[in-house]
Amino acid sequence: MHRYQPGSGDRQRILQDLGLDSVDQLFSTIPEEVRVGELALPLGMAEEEVRRLFRQWANTNVTAEDRVSFLGGGVYRHLAPAVMDAVLSRAEFFTAYTPYQPEVSQGTLQAIFEFQTYVCLLSEMPVANASLYDGATAVVEAVLMAARQRPGKGKVFVSQLLHPDALRTLQTYAEAAGLALVELPWDDRGRTDCSAVVPGEAVAVVVQSPNFLGVVEDLRAVKAAAGEAPAVHVVLEATSLGVLAPGGRFGFDVVCGDLQAFGLPPSFGGPHVGFLATRMENLRQLPGRLVGQTVDVDGQRAFVLTLSTREQHIRRAKATSNICTNHSLMALAVTVVLSLLGKKGVRQLALASHSKAEYLKGRLATLAPKVRLAFPQSPTYNEFLLLHPEPEALLQRLAEEGILGGVATGALAPYLPTGFLVAVTERNTKQEMDCFLDALGRLA
Amino acid sequence: MARPENLLYSKSHEWVRVEGELATVGITDYAQEQLGDVVMVELPAVGRQLTAGQEMGTVESVKAVSEVFAPISGEVVEVNSELEAHPELVNQDPFGAGWLVKVKVREVPSDLLDAAAYEEFVAEEGGH
Amino acid sequence: MKGKSLRTREPLIFEKSSEGAVGFQLPALDVPQVDPEQTWDSELVRGEIEELPEVTEVEVVRHFHRLSQWNYSVDEGLYPLGSCTMKYNPRINEELARLPGFTQVHPLQPEGQVQGALQLMWELEQALLAVTGMARVTLQPAAGAHGELTGMLMIRKALQDRGEARRRVLIPDSAHGTNPASAVFAGFQVVELASTAAGTLDLAALQRELDGGDVAALMITVPNTLGVFEPQIAQAAAMLHEKGAFLYMDGANLNAFVGKASPGKMGADALHINLHKTFSTPHGGGGPGAGPVAVSSLLEPYLPVPVVEKREGRLILDYQRPKTIGKVRSFYGNFGVLVRALAYICSLGRNGLVAMAEAAVLNANYLRKALQEHYHLAFDSPSLHEVVFDDSWQKPYGVSNMDIAKRLLDYGFHAPTVSFPLVVHGALMIEPTDSESLTELEAFAEAMRAIAREAQEQPELLKTAPHTTPVRRLDEVRAARKPVLRWQREQGEG
Repeated sequence: MHRYQPGSGDRQRILQDLGLDSVDQLFSTIPEEVRVGELALPLGMAEEEVRRLFRQWANTNVTAEDRVSFLGGGVYRHLAPAVMDAVLSRAEFFTAYTPYQPEVSQGTLQAIFEFQTYVCLLSEMPVANASLYDGATAVVEAVLMAARQRPGKGKVFVSQLLHPDALRTLQTYAEAAGLALVELPWDDRGRTDCSAVVPGEAVAVVVQSPNFLGVVEDLRAVKAAAGEAPAVHVVLEATSLGVLAPGGRFGFDVVCGDLQAFGLPPSFGGPHVGFLATRMENLRQLPGRLVGQTVDVDGQRAFVLTLSTREQHIRRAKATSNICTNHSLMALAVTVVLSLLGKKGVRQLALASHSKAEYLKGRLATLAPKVRLAFPQSPTYNEFLLLHPEPEALLQRLAEEGILGGVATGALAPYLPTGFLVAVTERNTKQEMDCFLDALGRLA
Repeated sequence: MARPENLLYSKSHEWVRVEGELATVGITDYAQEQLGDVVMVELPAVGRQLTAGQEMGTVESVKAVSEVFAPISGEVVEVNSELEAHPELVNQDPFGAGWLVKVKVREVPSDLLDAAAYEEFVAEEGGH
Repeated sequence: MKGKSLRTREPLIFEKSSEGAVGFQLPALDVPQVDPEQTWDSELVRGEIEELPEVTEVEVVRHFHRLSQWNYSVDEGLYPLGSCTMKYNPRINEELARLPGFTQVHPLQPEGQVQGALQLMWELEQALLAVTGMARVTLQPAAGAHGELTGMLMIRKALQDRGEARRRVLIPDSAHGTNPASAVFAGFQVVELASTAAGTLDLAALQRELDGGDVAALMITVPNTLGVFEPQIAQAAAMLHEKGAFLYMDGANLNAFVGKASPGKMGADALHINLHKTFSTPHGGGGPGAGPVAVSSLLEPYLPVPVVEKREGRLILDYQRPKTIGKVRSFYGNFGVLVRALAYICSLGRNGLVAMAEAAVLNANYLRKALQEHYHLAFDSPSLHEVVFDDSWQKPYGVSNMDIAKRLLDYGFHAPTVSFPLVVHGALMIEPTDSESLTELEAFAEAMRAIAREAQEQPELLKTAPHTTPVRRLDEVRAARKPVLRWQREQGEG
């Protein structure tokens, strides 16, 4: 018998209790024509054998742990407080289900209520949901929400400097929803050119800032171009919100994206945590779960999933989204990290990342023409694009010296300039940056 | 259960009070009781043309959404804006302060029930 | 459940703020600090966010520790949520998912640097193919519902490719709410199919709808949400295929038949697999999950990009797939969840996986027999991994399924799924899973029997339950009528 399953004695006693000779009798309703023989899989393994196998795979990967890393492109390597994983490792959190029974789920519910508050504070929006899968699907949900509020408008004006995965995901969903995407190009400063926006035809205007090439957009100009149409501010480098004002301040309808940057490990792309914050007018159109405050019969403050009639398990075909699972545990992780950082830390983290990036950027300018800053005049937060004719080969040479020097852009989307994105966080030391500068000077 | 005599009823549990060319529409006491505590009412915009039998709005409880069907045809001239802040009026006073819309009547269908017939209908439906 | 001596009051983290307290220290800044107003227009810069809390690390640890103590969890005991498959989450999976060689891999590193991660994805796909008998798998969807949508988008694209714009998707009335929602978001119209008296698919109704034309697919859960295996699933598949329509299978209940039957043999064209159900990955209080989709060769060209492929002994991420539906999220899936699922599959192996399905079905049938004289069985068809009772024997005492569920909390168990499936009024849907020993099953059955007695003798006890939980029944009407969805300073001070 297997260590995760009841013993043979239990099995025999249940069979006796049911008056059966064999467990097969319980499966007699499965017709012959759909049955299968033995599974084409190896036999089960002991814990130690599984550990050996997985360590082998893990060790085959090159990681930022034993290298110097300037990788970004939507996923960032910020702080990793020990407390975060200690909280996530509590079985009361990670082995619980969606908090449908609030009397025995107050831990998860209160944590999500705190998460919603953090998202509202970061985005300067009055309401946020309990999380979504990731940044790309958050953009989709924001656009679909806007479309429900503006029936009859068919066009989504979306910046080409949205993360290519988010843009591609939006294309997939928009096609099914009968929405036309109008891609907005960028100008010579690496900012989205919103001049093609026609507010009267727009479902929404979607701009990421800092954008995929690292440039901080002028959200005031985006909002002005959007006019009456809802403006959506997408944030994938969420720590930037510690120093840069969010769309909420400039009259945007939605601030959404991914909070991975607040301490979640890259994990080869997931799980991360999508978020969506908006104005109260959109409350009834919000996708996903919402936690609200109320009282119990004794008058004690308590939290509960609320406004569920928007959701698929009640509204079925008329739901505001098909989403059921959110990313609760990752939302908890971010809630823990934001609590640790607090009022001072959120800003300091952003200032440190920005200051370090400015240091590296300033010195990189001296390496021209071997590598060149794509938009030297444009303000960035902690990431910027370096132009180079053969970025993959250069990054390969850097990797051989132990430096993960950035993310090559050309292969990600054909319309992007040829070069590589360099991201800096508070975890990069001056020494690492000086090594990087030295290596680039030699290898570029 | 209350079933005022002077009203007409639909089989989808709406009531109508026709007064000249104006009619007031709401959901019945039976309907609100089936639904439970109402937390949200969604009403049509003033000016919308309603067609008898077509959906005109929704009434929500915590765990259910019930569609409200227009019992008559006509143009919406007023909606009960009190319900936005006080949806509980639908529970407390379904035939009075919990009314939903006022309509300029275009047509009253012939298959609406009187109070006695509605009572019989509800008894039958409840029996199933 | 929880000892009363533990704290049952804990303020919001924002209410614990005390000026000057810090919970984290950044490394000393080794470069000149930049004034952000030098970089950006000062209107774009923000200062400190006033309402963010200032708390020490100690306070943060205690805060979340206390909150955690108010949650029921699988490690606490049997978690009989029907259709959710709340099985044990092995600790080794957690250890392995936290290896830096997995967590610290960046998704945009060149393929040559991430061969281990790609190998793991490849192995998981092979294992899921062995279990399902399908042609290919995408690991990209983040959850079951996301998998449904992905599968339906592939079906839509395949139809478009044939020059057909079929609109209708048939869904039995016993289906999860995600099915109709996903079909709509994939651009289809939903037609609900009434189930037979035995709670299964009505083939005559299916034929009528197919004859009506314009049917793109049937979405069906096997075994269905009553735990009943669809005896005519292969015929249904043949009828659909005959008319050029597709069979979408909801794999939420795959746990019941792993190693016994395969969706491939049933004729499925697409099937999502909830890794957080059958393959033991933790539910995390509501995610992250993972919802890989297995497809037949007919739908393979439409898989989302990228697909992991083997080329000359090396693994690559293949984006060159002209008929793809595109992407359905960032990157490649919830990789951390995939690690756990594969660890589970390796731990169980071919024998353990079959034994898993057997234990799940044995346990559910044990509870069915143990409780069927105390609770009304909604359908008497033989059931597999879960059993659905209803409250019709308790109703005469004024006791509802919700009251029974709440009273169970007092006995130290989580409640079953209530009010689902919709085809059963007052449903109590119980799925014990393969993890539970007879001792735990018996303790649960005893609690349920005691509650059935209480329903007759002291119904008030149930109607006011729970009595011993950190909070008692909540005013959900107030929460919905006057939504308070975030903390605000005024409130904190008031």
